[in-house]
Amino acid sequence: MSIRIYVPKDAAVRSIGADYVALAIEAESAKRGISIDIVRNGTRGALWLEPMVEVETREGRVAYGPVTVSDVDSLFDASFHMGGQHKLSLGLTEDIPWLARQDRVTFARVGVIDPLSLADYQEHGGLVGLRRALTLEQEEIVTEVTQSGLRGRGGAGFPAGIKWRTVMATQSDQKFICCNADEGDSGTFADRMLMEGDPFTLLEGMTIAGLAVGASEGVVYIRSEYPAAYATLNQAIEFARAFGWLGDNVLGSGRAFDIRTRLGGGSYVCGEETAMLESIEGKRGVVRSKPPLPAIFGLFGKPTVINNVLTLATVPAILADGADAYMARGVGRSVGTQVFQLGGNIARGGIVETAFGVTLEELVNDYGSGTLSGLPVRAVQVGGPLGAYLPVSSLNVSMDYESLLAAGGMLGHGGVVVFDESVDMAQQAKFAMEFCAVESCGKCTPCRLGSTRGAETILKIMNGEDVQDNKKLLLDLCEVMTDGSLCAMGGLTPLPVRSAMLHFSEDFDRRARA
Amino acid sequence: MSFTPWSSEAASAVLDTTRDKPGPVLISLQALQNAFGYVPKEAVEMVAKACNVSRADVHGVLTFYHDLRTSPPPRNSVRICVAEACQSVGSQRLVDETERVFGTRMDESNEDVELKSVYCLGNCALGPSAMVNGELIGRSTADALHHLVKAKS
Ligand SMILES: Cc1cc2nc3c(=O)[nH]c(=O)nc-3n(C[C@H](O)[C@H](O)[C@H](O)COP(=O)(O)O)c2cc1C
Ligand code: SF4
Ligand code: FES
Repeated sequence: MSIRIYVPKDAAVRSIGADYVALAIEAESAKRGISIDIVRNGTRGALWLEPMVEVETREGRVAYGPVTVSDVDSLFDASFHMGGQHKLSLGLTEDIPWLARQDRVTFARVGVIDPLSLADYQEHGGLVGLRRALTLEQEEIVTEVTQSGLRGRGGAGFPAGIKWRTVMATQSDQKFICCNADEGDSGTFADRMLMEGDPFTLLEGMTIAGLAVGASEGVVYIRSEYPAAYATLNQAIEFARAFGWLGDNVLGSGRAFDIRTRLGGGSYVCGEETAMLESIEGKRGVVRSKPPLPAIFGLFGKPTVINNVLTLATVPAILADGADAYMARGVGRSVGTQVFQLGGNIARGGIVETAFGVTLEELVNDYGSGTLSGLPVRAVQVGGPLGAYLPVSSLNVSMDYESLLAAGGMLGHGGVVVFDESVDMAQQAKFAMEFCAVESCGKCTPCRLGSTRGAETILKIMNGEDVQDNKKLLLDLCEVMTDGSLCAMGGLTPLPVRSAMLHFSEDFDRRARA
Repeated sequence: MSFTPWSSEAASAVLDTTRDKPGPVLISLQALQNAFGYVPKEAVEMVAKACNVSRADVHGVLTFYHDLRTSPPPRNSVRICVAEACQSVGSQRLVDETERVFGTRMDESNEDVELKSVYCLGNCALGPSAMVNGELIGRSTADALHHLVKAKS
């Protein structure tokens, strides 16, 4: 029997040489006459240990990392293929403290299974949720999801069950499930990792949503920056059709549900749900005014559920284990787990899935081990480009929707980006405005023009021109953008700007004094 | 990446595969770009006809999406992430050095390579990130990007 060796195929791990490691292991095993079977899994999410190679042994999976091509020879010398000791040994994967501390629900299978093996998928609990959903009434599925307390993971945190109920209750000959896989926020990569590492979970969540609301068609809108996720998901859809899951007769139930994918065009605002609908319809990604809600008048005018990848990918676990198990986690109205993504200038970056209520301090300093550069942490941006910059004195904030709001920030899609002392916060504020100017859909004047004015004004402040007047002007501009924007692009760009001014005011005065 | 030379016959064949899909304009333009590497101005009229919309509509879509281009692509494409997480680990330095090594500026090109900025490649814990001819690169250095381009040419 050949030995199973896991080398991740996730795009992040490939970006630091996983393919070369896999090739080297293959070549060396052939040379030594050792029969192995390389599985290209997703990543476990401990990106600081990648490329992390795992070997299946009788005791469980044993890990080594970070492995480079030049380590492969000595790994074989140490009989790593039988779990032998080596300087890169990490012990049993499931005992690695960084992973063992986490509470994986949405990401339970990512990095564990062969992403495109339906056999592996089912062996690890896949399709249990869908099979249960097939025995329930629509109403019962929606109630289960509502009771679980699951909220949207795309940014706004709207309760998923309530959205589903509206779509279920709206009469129509056709309804859609649209999965938002645009993941444009800087500092976020969980949607991508899930689609690459456990794509069937997303398909299962979408199928359950379809059954719940009475939709027979699903669309996944994926950003073009994610070619690997796009290819993996398309492959998974093919396999699910061949398996008798997607199509006219879902697992023999007589009910129909199929899924297709659409590639984005490199536009951040197309992650906004109504701009996404426009884009799927083939038009410019211009934000629609609400009402009507997409739940009533969505894709091609039909009632449409729009949910983020992580929202939908959490649904199978809720159906499989029940709403109560999910609800038992978290704090207050932020129930369940959140898939945090640690990035930027951080020593130990990657995926940390844990119950809401972990502190930012724990994420940045315990999991993250501080900065990559070794310099002190100065600022942390939580929630993507529209999220606030928090100072070190705010690190004790509890990571849940309400606490972050109270701290002047927002959770967004769960991205946590760390900056060290060398950061210039006026520059970061200027970037926020510039980004808004580039990505604005153009519909509202405060967003379209205010952002350009904002960037110019910050430049003046940085150059020490009329600093006090320009700071006041900037705050006025922020107010106009907040009040006069149709969506969060223009409406929340002031959040990073104002938080930078508030918590790091010295960076806006420095040049005036100099 | 190899592309078919532009011809209206070849373009018609491409449009035949997309025109009947729901919401066909964007996917038609994407399919043309996949085939030819870009969407020439003269394609606008063809897409409008095939999809039964106005030329202005097609033009609007063509100019809205950052991915779509109206001139032939360079031999090599280097995209550097300039979003926040990569900024925090020195994307500006990477941009400066890459411009120097390739002898061209961001969002410009020479006969060999086009340098383009991009906002996040989903590799934010292993920045600075870049993409060379579609291949994602973590912990990028200008030399590594240069090497990858040279390896291809
Ligand atoms: C400018 C902008 C960009 C957005 N980008 C995304 C995105 O990339 N992915 C996402 O799921 N939601 C994004 N959203 C939020 C969506 O509008 C929407 O709230 C979400 O997809 C709903 O799904 P959920 O309830 O599961 O979170 C964005 C919103 C705005 C205003
Ligand atoms: S706020 Fe900006 S992105 Fe949003 S609708 Fe208005 S112009 Fe478009
Ligand atoms: S911010 Fe550069 S890859 Fe995400």
